[in-house]
Amino acid sequence: MGTVRRHIYIDAPADVVWDIVGAPDRLHEWFPIDSCEVVGNKRWINLPSGLRFEEDIVTLDHDLRRFQYAIVNNMIVTHHLATVDVIADGADRCIVIYATDIEPEPMGLVIIGAAGSGLKKLQSMFSPVNGVS
Amino acid sequence: MGRKILFITTDQQRFDALGCNGGLIARTPNIDALAAHGINYNRAHPQNVVCMPSRSTMITGQHVSTHGVWMNGVPLPVDAPSVASTLHDGGYKTALIGKAHFEPFLDPFLRFAENQLAASGTHSLIEDGYLHRGFDHMESAAHGGMGTFHYAQWLMKNHPEAVPMYYRVLDMELQVSALGGTNTGAPQAHINNIPREWYHTDWVADRAIAWLESLDPDADWFCWVSFPDPHHPWDPPASELHRVNWRDVDLPVGFPVDRAQREAILDAKPAQWRKWYDGDFVSNYEAPRRWVPNTLTEDQVREINALTHIENELIDEAVGRLMKHVESRGWGADTDVLFSTDHGEFQGDFGLLFKGPYHVDSLMRVPLIWRPAPSAGVDPATVTAPVGHVSLAATFCEIAGLPQPAYVDAPRLPVNDEDARSLGHERVLTEWDSVLFGKIVGLRTICRDGWVATACLPGSLHNGTEGELYNLANDPLQQINLWDDSAYRSTRDDLLADMWDSLPTPDAVRRECDAPV
Repeated sequence: MGTVRRHIYIDAPADVVWDIVGAPDRLHEWFPIDSCEVVGNKRWINLPSGLRFEEDIVTLDHDLRRFQYAIVNNMIVTHHLATVDVIADGADRCIVIYATDIEPEPMGLVIIGAAGSGLKKLQSMFSPVNGVS
Repeated sequence: MGRKILFITTDQQRFDALGCNGGLIARTPNIDALAAHGINYNRAHPQNVVCMPSRSTMITGQHVSTHGVWMNGVPLPVDAPSVASTLHDGGYKTALIGKAHFEPFLDPFLRFAENQLAASGTHSLIEDGYLHRGFDHMESAAHGGMGTFHYAQWLMKNHPEAVPMYYRVLDMELQVSALGGTNTGAPQAHINNIPREWYHTDWVADRAIAWLESLDPDADWFCWVSFPDPHHPWDPPASELHRVNWRDVDLPVGFPVDRAQREAILDAKPAQWRKWYDGDFVSNYEAPRRWVPNTLTEDQVREINALTHIENELIDEAVGRLMKHVESRGWGADTDVLFSTDHGEFQGDFGLLFKGPYHVDSLMRVPLIWRPAPSAGVDPATVTAPVGHVSLAATFCEIAGLPQPAYVDAPRLPVNDEDARSLGHERVLTEWDSVLFGKIVGLRTICRDGWVATACLPGSLHNGTEGELYNLANDPLQQINLWDDSAYRSTRDDLLADMWDSLPTPDAVRRECDAPV
């Protein structure tokens, strides 16, 4: 089992950041994918390489600000659980933590690399220049 | 019109692969001719023994601690220095054809420019106003017919039936496959029925020749031709297997036939050696996780060596074609040719294959040849002083008549041993760091005055007191570890003090690893 984690601090209130992170159909706004579709507790994401992943939305807790999802029905990925937490660090700052447990292990490095890129994009969206209101 | 630069690299090729370096099996007359008319470096080391960090050193002229690509999967930042950019700014046409690998291969999110180029069928990319890595033209290839490489796209479009003929490098768990496809069952050995003219070695030469052909006769150019072989998988075209019958190949001198002797040698080395041999500790992604080295048979060693020799002959013939084309364009007198590889391969030494945190000649001593442009009037020489890939960038600039860039960590390569002394080539350094799901290994190595000393950093297996010390003259196979021999304590301490003084200080924040490879 591969277990990986990335985090980033964002100079914005946790609730504001959660508006994006906690919206499963807005993943393409910050994660390096082409598009996504959400139907009920199912999500399909389309990667730039043409790959398409089916996911189960496991947890969407607006109070805890926790989003969990799992890649399912995949020929390569036999186990997966990703957790994204947005935790307030004062009134105007938060930390976003992305963690994944996955089998096979090497896929964990690929996913967390993409997550790292996504977290940086998320941070840039709230920078003074690109500020999301 | 200035001197042109043909930079030829292979992948995972041993020093002794070539006839000019004592190789007795593969016929390499074209590369041998470069050595005969140029400078052959007898003690050249890479600054890391896996692809991405080593290649990052080649293009930046920096040690690993400086450029920060500390293991495979860590991308070289797009704004990192590039000697290709420096040459491009100096008026050179620039190309990299073959294996680049400054950015991860496993990239389903297409985050990296190298993969985006092939996926989009383009050959250059402008990022923030700068040409990606400084190359006017990039055309990529790797070790087979799959992946986001120009070669794979070409093969799929033109010869789709050939794609599955290659060995499948990764298994369904995305691990480097341990399967073998030949009679000996050697891992990553395979009978490949692809016609030779479609094989990646010939494709890389074809594409390099096509790019050279596109240039104006008066152009100054830098062409990095990067062959993916003889890196595993060992699957040269089946039509070429007649060249070396594996049953006729002697076992390498570095393969101790007696198992007890082999294991005693390993036991005298730091723990990562024996633990990997027994399959108890796999520190890095580059070797098959499910392959246990102590199962390696003599026939498997023979077969893998034979297949490697065949691949090396194909590379040599491709080099001959490149040289012929350069001559045909009238550039022969004004073209510098540099030949090297990114790192070595065990090929049976110590009962091991592949590579990892093992700083011995099998992996560290690499071929390095500089055939200066005949018009430059540099005398042929053999250089015995220790040198490294870290000197390549400054060398390219010297050839181009450009000043040594401020970003490089080392001066140009010397043209003889006297020149080496004047340039300060006293030592060469090699670093290893790997973190694979909690398994941490770090090594720092110096080669100087005929000695190799390696310090193990604190990690999963080491507490920081372990290491290796070898006398290269008395123990050319590095089978006698003198690290704990009190008679050599002062030698060891002197080497280590010099090493710590000479290593650059890395950034406080380590770059993230974004993929297994």
